[in-house]
Amino acid sequence: MADMYQLSSASLDGLFAALAADGRRILAPTDRDGRSELNPVTSPGQVAKDYIQTTLSAKEVVFPKVERLLSYTLAPGQVELTDAEPAARPTVVFGIRPCEAAGFQALDAVFNWDYRDKFFNARMEQLAVIGMSCTRKDDACFCTSVGGAPGSTKGSDLLLTPTASGYLAEVITDKGRAMVALAPGLFTPVAAADKSMVVELPAALDQPALTAKLPALFDSPLWADQALRCVGCGACAFVCPTCVCFDIQEEADAKAGRRLRTWDSCGYSMFTLHASGHNPRDTQGARWRQRIYHKFATYPDRYGQLGCVGCGKCTRACPVDMNLKEHLVEASQA
Amino acid sequence: MELNEKAKQLLETGDVKAVLGFEAGTQGGRRPAFARSAARAERLSFEGEQNLASYVTRKEVKRLGRVAVAARPPVLRALLQLMAERQVKEQDVLPLVQEADGQVRELATAQAMEEYLALSPQQIPAADRELMDKLAAMSQQERWAYWQDQLSRCIKCYACRSSCPMCYCEHCTMDCNRPQWVPVPSHALGNLEYHMTRAMHLAGRCVECGDCGRACPVGIPIHLLTFNAEESVHAQFGQRAGASAKLDYALSTFRPDDKETFIR
Repeated sequence: MADMYQLSSASLDGLFAALAADGRRILAPTDRDGRSELNPVTSPGQVAKDYIQTTLSAKEVVFPKVERLLSYTLAPGQVELTDAEPAARPTVVFGIRPCEAAGFQALDAVFNWDYRDKFFNARMEQLAVIGMSCTRKDDACFCTSVGGAPGSTKGSDLLLTPTASGYLAEVITDKGRAMVALAPGLFTPVAAADKSMVVELPAALDQPALTAKLPALFDSPLWADQALRCVGCGACAFVCPTCVCFDIQEEADAKAGRRLRTWDSCGYSMFTLHASGHNPRDTQGARWRQRIYHKFATYPDRYGQLGCVGCGKCTRACPVDMNLKEHLVEASQA
Repeated sequence: MELNEKAKQLLETGDVKAVLGFEAGTQGGRRPAFARSAARAERLSFEGEQNLASYVTRKEVKRLGRVAVAARPPVLRALLQLMAERQVKEQDVLPLVQEADGQVRELATAQAMEEYLALSPQQIPAADRELMDKLAAMSQQERWAYWQDQLSRCIKCYACRSSCPMCYCEHCTMDCNRPQWVPVPSHALGNLEYHMTRAMHLAGRCVECGDCGRACPVGIPIHLLTFNAEESVHAQFGQRAGASAKLDYALSTFRPDDKETFIR
């Protein structure tokens, strides 16, 4: 059972000040032209008031869109190699939704699979998550179909849930306890969890049944049919809190160079293009199927968890509304 | 007759293999839809924003056979420009337009498309025009700062490129790695080179549909770059992309009556 406290709305100022005084950067959803994006803030007043989700996910905090892995200089007969050190600093991500908080675990599955990625781990160690339960939802949401919930504590160190008088604060981890310890006077212990304001979201599909069915659906024309309107960009993968595929790029001239890691997407036609010219996924249908299978078949098979948290960011970001929930439901019924 | 009725008719007679229109999408929105059966055609209507011409050059769509396309003016301009660039043949596509009386009309020839377009003047939306004027009034330094800020948010997902009807290259220069002309990573230089190259490549070819900006997940008004390039070509060469299926590309065509004297 998590430790539970009451936190008044006015206390957030004190909490932000205490986190800052502890040397932590606070990232939170802020408004920009009708969209929400994660930005550094110093006070709760800067945090967006009315958001379902940020457009991009919080994965960029631990897995940035571009990062240097190493650099080198070349001289005749000599190579000098310098490993890059991750620029990790104490960071609190405030106000992300429970779905997205749960996404870090899916990233961890890959970055600590058979090799411990020092960049990801250094940032994760410095990261604390203050999640915010959902009091609203939209048509893209489907966390309850993939094991989550609008008030789920999974992935958060501290989960806030709006109540009539402020917030219920559930302390989930030692990192959460450490944040409470920075300003203990702000937190009043409560005996019962009031999560009555959390929005209800009925499950849209039977995900275990879908996962069990996917192997038999591999050759179904369904995927090509669904993918006809897909334009093959990487918006879905790049906003996804669990999409982890990356590309390695070398930027070099005759004297020096650096090796960079950048986001990549299985939706791109060149993602699986072989040097021979052969492309095992040479149609958008095959690539769309890969996206579904990787999240709902390969991930459970390989890591014992799903590669999707049902946040719906991909659906909202898609220029042609490739609604993931709807396509999964269609596959369930196929 | 509405689009759904027309679509059913065209699919039944076999005139086309698919009809491209719009259907209801998420959260009350509209989205592109392919109908290949009467049941699917039932959902189709003209109401939607994306430029559907971007689909007709996709290999998955070409394989379907002849397609009918719900066509607002930007779609017609894109189709004509694609014909001018020899990417689409008149017989491959059947544009459908809705007349003022609600009737659906086929524009089966480039000439019919050109004549229809001539009656609907091309206009940049007021909000875009306002921002373009604001940018034009800025000093070069302010404008540079504006675009640096905007482009720093680009994640290089290529939604703009993928949504553009004129970005049909099977192998884009951005993806070329032997040699690698443009840095792939989404850092300052990679983003700037991508968007500058794209704007230049669309100068004289942009049909001003705004789909690149509409597609951007982070809301960068990236269409203003290509609009600006297109307006500049119009001002200097007096022609607009998508006006005709027999348009010579302004930036690679020499005419004896060109007003520029440097080339003579």
